[in-house]
This record gives sequence, C-alpha cells and structure tokens, in this order.
Amino acid sequence: MARLWLSTGISMSLALALASWSPVASANDELLKLEKDPHQWTQPAGNYANTRYSKLDQITNKNVKNLQVAWTFSTGVLRGHEGGPLVIGNMMYLSTPFPNIVYALDLDKNGQIVWKYEPKQDPNVIPVMCCDTVNRGVAYGDGMIFLHQADAKLVALDAKTGKVAWTADDGDATKGETGTSAPLVVKHMVLVGNSGGEFGVRGKVTAYDTKSGKQVWRAYSMGPDSDTLIEPGKTTNLGKPIEADESLKTWKGDQWKIGGGTTWGWISYDPELNLIYYGTGNPSTWNPAQRPGDNKWSMTIFARDADSGKAKWLYQMTPHDEWDYDGVNEMILTDEKIDGKERKLLVHFDRNGFGYTLDRESGELLVADKYDPAVNWATKIDIKTGLPDRVKKYSTEANGEDNNTQGVCPAALGSKDQQPSAYSPKTGLFYVPTNHVCMDYEPFKVAYTAGQPYVGATLSMYPPKGDDHLGNFIAWDATKGKIKWSIPEQFSVWSGALATAGNVVFYGTLEGYLKAVDAETGKELYRFKTPSGIIGNVNTYTHNGKQYIAILSGLGGWAGIGMAAGLTGDTEGLGAVGAYKSLSQYTQLGGTLTVFALPD
Amino acid sequence: MNMRYLRRVNVTFFTAFTIISLGGISASSAQDSNASTTEDKPYHIDADGTTDWPVFNGYRRYHAICHTCHGPDGLGSSFAPNLTESLKHMTKDQFLDVVVNGRTNVSTSAEKRMPALGTDLNVMCYIDDIYAYLKARSDGAIGRGRPPKHASKPQEAAEAEAACMGSGTGQ
Repeated sequence: MARLWLSTGISMSLALALASWSPVASANDELLKLEKDPHQWTQPAGNYANTRYSKLDQITNKNVKNLQVAWTFSTGVLRGHEGGPLVIGNMMYLSTPFPNIVYALDLDKNGQIVWKYEPKQDPNVIPVMCCDTVNRGVAYGDGMIFLHQADAKLVALDAKTGKVAWTADDGDATKGETGTSAPLVVKHMVLVGNSGGEFGVRGKVTAYDTKSGKQVWRAYSMGPDSDTLIEPGKTTNLGKPIEADESLKTWKGDQWKIGGGTTWGWISYDPELNLIYYGTGNPSTWNPAQRPGDNKWSMTIFARDADSGKAKWLYQMTPHDEWDYDGVNEMILTDEKIDGKERKLLVHFDRNGFGYTLDRESGELLVADKYDPAVNWATKIDIKTGLPDRVKKYSTEANGEDNNTQGVCPAALGSKDQQPSAYSPKTGLFYVPTNHVCMDYEPFKVAYTAGQPYVGATLSMYPPKGDDHLGNFIAWDATKGKIKWSIPEQFSVWSGALATAGNVVFYGTLEGYLKAVDAETGKELYRFKTPSGIIGNVNTYTHNGKQYIAILSGLGGWAGIGMAAGLTGDTEGLGAVGAYKSLSQYTQLGGTLTVFALPD
Repeated sequence: MNMRYLRRVNVTFFTAFTIISLGGISASSAQDSNASTTEDKPYHIDADGTTDWPVFNGYRRYHAICHTCHGPDGLGSSFAPNLTESLKHMTKDQFLDVVVNGRTNVSTSAEKRMPALGTDLNVMCYIDDIYAYLKARSDGAIGRGRPPKHASKPQEAAEAEAACMGSGTGQ
C-alpha cells in the first residue's frame, strides 16, 4: 500500500497527498477487502470488476422456488428507480430518483430509518433530464456515502449520521449538465461521470479526493489532448499509437465543445493494472448531418490510469453515430481462456447490438458479435480495424434530414441500455438483460441553445418484424460470441441482473416481476410481482447468517417514458402485433424496495 | 396575433418569430381563407388521415423536446400536465405565454416548473406547428403516435425554417 501512496503522491500536489493521508486503512484497502465479502454488497455493481456475482449459496436453483417476501419499504417517490441498495455491515443505503433522497436503514432494527437526506434542488433540473429523473445509486468509501445529485452536485455524507461532509459542483445544470450515474470510489478518489448528451454537454469523468472533495483529475471525452488526457504516441487505439489532437480533427470547427460523449454509465476498475474502464455516449446532436466527421471520442471505451486519468488505450465502437447508440454500458472484467490462452478480458454489451470482448491490458479487440439476431444496421465488426460494416439502407445520414429511415434494429434504446449484466465464473456465462426493439428515425435540423434540448430527431419504436416481444434475457459466451440461451420477455428487460453461486440468476421485468432462473438452462424457477415495474438492479447479502435478495421497483426511465405510453395504439408496425398491449395496463409508478428470503 | 407575449421576447426572436408566423399564415391561408376557423382549428387532416405539414412537424418537434415532461403524444406525466386536456381550456395566447415565459406551480405536495422556452429556436421557430399538433390531439382529430401519412414540406416552411434557425445550428 505504501508504494502506491508514494507513486500517487508524485502526481498530486503535496497538500492533496497530505489531506488524503489517513492513519487508518485507506478506502482502497477497505474496499478491496469489502468486495471479497459476499455477506455485504458494498459497491453499486457488487465489485470493481462489475460482475454482479455473489458467492452466497444458501438460495439455490433447488430451493429458490420457496422464496418469500421478507420485508418491503416505500421510498415515497414516483418515477424510475434505477440502481439498487448497498449493504455495509448492518446498514442498508439507497437513493431515489429526483429529489434524490438517501435513506440509511438499520437491518438490526427491522429496517428502521437511521437517517434520511433530502437535498434542496432547483426543480428546473427536471426538464433538462432527457430520460426521466433517475439515479443509479450511491457509493461507499472512507466512512462516507457519495451521492451524485440530479443537479450535478456530488455530495459526501457521513455514513453514520447523514451529515454533509462536502459538496462538489461537478457541472452546470442550467446548461443541461446533470447527474444520474452511481459514483465509484477508487483508492482515495471518488469518480463520477456526467449526463446531458441531449443538451450538447461535453462528456467527462472527474476524480475527487474522498476526504476534501477537491478535484484530482478530469478527463473530457473530446477536445485537445490536454482535456482528454490522451498522450499522443503513447495512448493506443487497437494497438496503434494515437496522433496529437486526433479528436479535434474529427469535428467540424468548434462543434466538439458541444459534442456530447457523456459518461453516465458504469465505471469498473482493475486494481492490479490500476486502470479504470468506462464508455462514452452519443455525439450531440442526434442529427448526424449536422456534425460531419468521426466525432471522436464519443461512443468509445476508455482505459485510464486510475491515479492520473491519463488514457492508456481506447476504442471507438460507432464512429459518427447515426442512431444514438451510446457506448456507456458496463465494462465487465473477467479472466477467461480464449483459444487455450488465459486472457484478462473486458466484456461490453453495447447499445449498438454487438457484444465486444477485448484484452483489457492492451485494448486488443478479440470478439465482436451480435447479441440480438435482429441487429441490422451493420453486418459485422471488422476485428482488425474495429469498424462496423454499415448497411446503407439503415443509414440516417445517407437518407438525410427530414427523411424517415425505417426498420433500424436496434432502436436508440440499444439492444441493451444501462441495465447491467452479470457474470458467473461458475458457468462462464454472461447474463444479459436486453431490448428487442427496432425503430424509425427521422433526423431534422436543430439549433444549439445552452440549457435547451439539442436532440434533432424523432423516433418510433416497435418490436422486430414478425416478433411480438420487446425483450430477451440471454446467456452469452463472450469467448465465442454466442448466445447460449434466450428467454423471450414481453417488454424490454430494463433491470440489472444478479448471478449467484447457488446457480441462480435473478432479474426484474417491466411488468414488475422479480424472476429467478437456472444459471445453466435459463429455466424459470420463481417469480413474484412487485408493486411496480422493475428497472432497478438485483443484489444479495446476508443478515444474521441468512441470505436475502433485494430489488427496487418503480417504473420509469427511458423504458417507462418511451414504452409505457409511446409504443401503444395504432402506430405502424404494431397493428400486426395484436398481442401487444400498453405497459400501463400492467403497472403504475411508485418506488418500493422488496426484500426476499427463504422461509425459516 | 397578440403582441403581449412577444414584448417579453428579445428583439432577435421577435424578428424570427414574425417571419415564421407570416410563413404559417400564408401556408394556412392557401387552404382556408377564414382566419377565425384557422385559429379554432389550426390544422387540416384529410379523410384518409393525411395530416398537413404543420401538424406533422409539430409532432416531431414536440417529441424531441416537450415529451420528456409532458409525456408521449401530449398525454402528460407526473411532472407536467396532459396537454390534450389543457388545450381544451387554454387559448392560443395563454399557451404561447406559458411556452415563452415559463410558469411555476407550487403546492404543498409538489413544485412544478415549466421552463421559459422563449430563447429556444427549436421551439419558437416551430411553435405554431407544435400548437397545431397539440390542438389536433386535443380535439381528437389525430390519434397517438406518429401520424401515418403527412403532406410534404412546403417551400414556404423550408424558407421560414432557414430564416428562423439561421446559423444557430452549431458552430
């Protein structure tokens, strides 16, 4: 540990190094230890590798059919409840959509509320959140709970009392820059990305000192190398060194300043390589004709040095996006054999419908295959160049402004959105919640005004031709790029999955079911209808030696806005699908935590 | 057209607004010379469901901006009212006033804010179209979702758009 601190200190100011020094174990030590303890759920994704896998095995594929509701808790908030609770010791912490209430519940006292934090936020932030006022959870580290508020403030709360330790302004909500993502604590830093790709916000990830809230580093998605922390000649793109200011050459004039590439997804971390991984979102605007060029580095997987933020390698999946296929989905870090060789892998299920497997040390692209057979905008990804082989018929750029490009799969929601997948080292399979939705996409001219929507397209969404379901829950082999099994779901699966050593995989559905399936076969073993549609992520923990499963329900998010009402009635494509009915007939808004356990 | 709300918009937008408004009037007068009818029913839907250009354009502009709070198809959400209901009671002037200047509704249970959109070209250059679309929705003249068929973009609309949007389309 001492060695790491020394090397960190060199890249920081002395004052900062002293401020972050602590006689007790650092957050890094503590979190590295905590993530190995399956009895707690100490990070939004379960662990730094983002596998959402638990070694707990009291609940198994044999007994999960007996699962019962142990207790419930109303959050008192409507709208979409993404993310899920943390469990640290006897305490549970969870956050809500705007107004972003944080609850600390004492599991020793039947979930009694120990403290509640409700920030005062200007409600003007509501209209500048593109896809509902979601919040994907809080992070823990150094005895504090970190909340990324809608108004782009990052707040550190004392985990024991809920008292504000510090507040950092991560962005300007009056310009449409907002906060929805869960922070991640790495070493003495808390990392946070931004939202606002539909408002011409420039994406960035910022590291703040956990103790003081002072900025340690900030890396933009686009702009000069001094902003992106790209080292020309050293940072690589699929093994090749990047030229100086390569990002600037891929934008017309100053458009990169309002270029999007926001970073509202998940961040993962490899402590051995000391690299953090995340993806960047869509370039602004949605009208591709208005922003010629590859728009680097939107739609890009970044590997950065955790201490300095400097880019080690990157890979742009969808150059010059034409469909809003943000690249922000989680990066899952696994060690698996490919062609007989043990590799350190990064697996990513992109919005664009391709499942990517890369070497996370070198950034080499190993596998890229469709994880939904409906994907049609590209035929394949060239493994050498990393470029998609695009189909002209589905190019919204080629078809142009004021023209409706029809039948593009996936829809802008992606074959998967932010809802995180799980990976079980026992089965070697990834469990992926997916959308099975296609779209018509009509781009049009749009003007930029700071703080106003900068969208420039209208969309209609519907299931792929001949299909009557809008989602699948799949098991994926990332070493081969193959679907092992696929469970059709009536609606998109917008809930984060959980895999356990009990050979059970859990996920939620938009109608509100928590489902348990067999990790090997996908056979459904249990279902329970929670009070509202589920877009939250399942977790597990133990309390007094007993295993629990927890899930937030509360319909909303893009799925809720776009699908609950937008996919009904007599719109084109749906007429043939008589079975399709509005989600609003199944569920209504309202946030509830439901906790399950086996009977005593 | 009532000048009350225009006075609060800055000069640049006053000019822009006037141009697009004139475009709107000349386009609609070709179909219907009765101005009061145009005000009551600012849209034209053919028997086969084909909508005029303003309604279609209003549909797509609405669904790029307004729908995040007012819901798909104008149906409202927990953040903002159902506009297909609101427009049964609001005049066009009242509608424009709220769009341009915003509005705050504070009650014991919630604080609702409509942002002032008077400086947003993506709204103000097409506000007559957005109104026409919502009015058609409110009157039940069109259903939910994308209108199945629509008239093509008339030259006047393209010219008005170019004049109103100007060079504001990014750097």
